[in-house]
Amino acid sequence: MAFLSAGNVQIRGMAACVPQHTESNRDYDWISEKERELLIKTTGIESRRIVQNGMCTSDMCYESAKQLLDHFKVDKAEVEVLIFVSQSPDYILPATSIILQDRLGLPKSAMAFDIQLGCSGYLYGLSVISNLMSSGNFKKGLLLAGDVSSFSQSKRDKSTYPIFGDAGTATLLEYDPSAEKINFNLQSDGSGYKAIMISDGGLRNPYTSESEVMKEYEPGIIKNKRNLFLDGIEVFNFSLREAPQNAQALMDHLGTTTADYDYFIFHQANKIMNESIRKKLKLPAEKVPYSLDTFGNTSSASIPLTIVTQLQGKTLSSTSLFLSAFGVGLSWGSASLRVKNMVCLPLIEL
Amino acid sequence: MNITTFISQIENEIEELTPGTLRPETEFTSLKEWSSMHVLILIALIDTEYNVTITGADLQQCKSVNDLFNVVKSRV
Repeated sequence: MAFLSAGNVQIRGMAACVPQHTESNRDYDWISEKERELLIKTTGIESRRIVQNGMCTSDMCYESAKQLLDHFKVDKAEVEVLIFVSQSPDYILPATSIILQDRLGLPKSAMAFDIQLGCSGYLYGLSVISNLMSSGNFKKGLLLAGDVSSFSQSKRDKSTYPIFGDAGTATLLEYDPSAEKINFNLQSDGSGYKAIMISDGGLRNPYTSESEVMKEYEPGIIKNKRNLFLDGIEVFNFSLREAPQNAQALMDHLGTTTADYDYFIFHQANKIMNESIRKKLKLPAEKVPYSLDTFGNTSSASIPLTIVTQLQGKTLSSTSLFLSAFGVGLSWGSASLRVKNMVCLPLIEL
Repeated sequence: MNITTFISQIENEIEELTPGTLRPETEFTSLKEWSSMHVLILIALIDTEYNVTITGADLQQCKSVNDLFNVVKSRV
């Protein structure tokens, strides 16, 4: 087990941004009305936010980061680390984080780099930035996480199109010697890499005209090799098997129980999967907030987006959180932390 | 475990199925109500109730309720 921890780092605030444009699954006419009802009931996803006119993940992360910097009146010279977690970068190269360093007006002394992970990405990003900051070399850091998953969707694929939404988030972290440790348990299993993938467009399978050929894989699933492929049953079984086990292992390692946490924030995959995990961990429903219904599965943005939208207005003066994420890679993990006076800023609609 | 309980658990979980619809020999795909979403509901139910994992390959082999019951029973 990859147990690790980082001390001396406090999360000061979180911000999230979604596109204004809403797509309702009730209007998803690729499937029958009856199927739509069952889809909404089973996945819990009523609607999703989808980018228009070329908006990128970085645009939403930029707005979120700017909102945090403005709200806390941050001296930008103090922000010397920026991490962008995404699978939808602006360009193949350079890394989007470096463009964001300049766009946000951060100093050239800042280190900036991308982490290419999806569902589990927020936890990986948090583990990396908190460890970088724990020695006190950086006073403040920004963790930006999100995806425009809609770029790779086939509208004629009922297994992915109605599931994913677009979002970008920002988390502001600060060096604070009084902060409690943030603890992680992170895992990977590359043998399952085909379960969620976009096969063409990288170096292994370069893009060719064949990449654009639409093919029917199953009834209701027509897509090409530049579209997202999702093996629903494989991912479902993986998540049910690994996520509760990983979470329980971290709690056992820390000597905590589920009663020690105020909220459990899960990656927002779909309702039936998340509810099965919740029941396996024997968690009361009121401790497990959802943002799925109106935003869908927002990849690495899902944990901060859920916190920003569902814990908005709640007092987070000293709140213990347990985070759990699982998906593409296959990659998964959990984190245990206590936030003190963390601020959730109002959701931005761009 | 017995098949009567297994059938009633499935009928309770899948609201689209009227109680009494399923028999041991019923083939899932022959049900007019059946959809890919029900597959996930079935997998979640079996995982929760019996702590047994049903894979895509299992489901291809299991045509009837009885076929599935036997797979689950062999792994409990």
